[in-house]
Amino acid sequence: MTTATEYAALPALITRMTGDEKHGWAAESTLDVLWVLYDRVLRVDPRHPDDPDRDRFLLSKGHGPMAYYAVLAAKGFLDPAELDGWAGWGSRLGLHPDGVLVPGVEIGSGSLGHGLLIAVGAAIGLRLRGRTRPAVHVLVGDAELDEGSNHEAIAVAARRGLDSLVTTVVDNSSGSLGWPGGVARRFEVEGWATAEVDGRDHDALHAAYTAPHPGRPLAVVAKVEAKR
Amino acid sequence: MSATTMREVFARVLRTGLADDPRIAAVIAEISRDVLPDHERVVNVGIREQAMVGVGAGLALTGLRPVIHSYAPFLVERPYEQLKLDLGHQDLGAVLVGIGGSYDDPGLGRTHQSPADVALIDTLPGWTVHVPGHPDEVEPLLTAALARDDRTYLRLSLRTNAAPLPVVEGFTEVRRGGAGVVIAVGPVLDTVLAAVAELDVTVLYATTVRPFDSAGLRRAVAHARPDVLLVEPYLEGASAHRVAAALADEPHRLRSLGVRRDEELRAYGTTDDHDSAHELDLVGVREAARRLFGRR
Repeated sequence: MTTATEYAALPALITRMTGDEKHGWAAESTLDVLWVLYDRVLRVDPRHPDDPDRDRFLLSKGHGPMAYYAVLAAKGFLDPAELDGWAGWGSRLGLHPDGVLVPGVEIGSGSLGHGLLIAVGAAIGLRLRGRTRPAVHVLVGDAELDEGSNHEAIAVAARRGLDSLVTTVVDNSSGSLGWPGGVARRFEVEGWATAEVDGRDHDALHAAYTAPHPGRPLAVVAKVEAKR
Repeated sequence: MSATTMREVFARVLRTGLADDPRIAAVIAEISRDVLPDHERVVNVGIREQAMVGVGAGLALTGLRPVIHSYAPFLVERPYEQLKLDLGHQDLGAVLVGIGGSYDDPGLGRTHQSPADVALIDTLPGWTVHVPGHPDEVEPLLTAALARDDRTYLRLSLRTNAAPLPVVEGFTEVRRGGAGVVIAVGPVLDTVLAAVAELDVTVLYATTVRPFDSAGLRRAVAHARPDVLLVEPYLEGASAHRVAAALADEPHRLRSLGVRRDEELRAYGTTDDHDSAHELDLVGVREAARRLFGRR
């Protein structure tokens, strides 16, 4: 297990994209969530990125994908050299990821409020196909929950008892109007299992992802300090 | 008029598809739940049209062939960005089946009308668009679409020609003449044929408008004056740019008939009333044809 070394390599990978030599990388709100998912939770293999029994990870919050690309590079889905030319002409790596272009990336995202619906459909589809092994993970931002399409998805997923579906909400309090009772409450009232954890605490994240939630989809609200 | 509606044919063919092909699944948002089978691969998401399309995309992501069905305005207009991103941008396939057409039920008013559906779909690359003109034409179009993996829009309507024509990929030459070419899309064929009965023109019939049969139009124009009357049962001129592209190297005239786009027709009444208002009735099409083909 080279986990610690790989995690320590992430700032250098992010620096290849941002040119930021300081510690701005640590402010990436999704960095630790993505790391824990790819390092300890998702059953995905860069040598077989299209394995039909792989877990799915859908990045719905498509903006600011530096941490995503860095984790994909650390885990062997991308050649780290490709990070240097990101967002340039000829690069496969845009300011929003494109699922058609980037290996290991399930969907293209950028416009908010799309990923959770596609994830619900994928969870239903895998169940209809008789594939009970894969989990479908989707990552959204707390402000992204403003989009009404997410509320359609939250209701449908709960009503259909999609326990293979896991939504991570990276909550850095970026929504302007907020949610009474907190983000997790939005999912709870619809019947989701929920967990609220420190989004920098790898063990707490791992524990949340591995807690059983039979018959219900799971929402993990990862609280992260806003801004750098 | 046929005793069976296009929607009933759709339900029957889908039922067979669900039974025969484990890849096929359907997503609906309450509309038509009464005519579709109670089947695990028929997913009703409630009145949530964004969810309907997004969930359909997710089904496609797992290798299923989703059929996404609703009233045209709720299928194409409300979740337009889902069509663009969840299907198109992800390069996923689906069969959209719309009902209601431009104004199948005029009493319901503007909220249930979608004359812009084909024009909207046409802003997105890679879609096949079928506009059957008779219930019997629905089965071959739908069966073929279910067997493909592309993005298809099947536009169903209560409007219908008296008799079906054999379904082919491109245009069907219904009659030939030298004074010009009329393209009649789907259910406007009978009106067009009656309107041009006294004129020496070629009539091309289309149940598929995307891809557009440019070669078929060029062949027809080779035998006639390069004057084209385009008659579509939806937004006026929706295919005009395709005609222009097909005849780019040919001096030609083009007149487009369809649902007027210069103002909202705020009226109820019957479909015939609306045809008249849009000059899509016998009088309107005949007058347009005479003006275009009668001179020179």
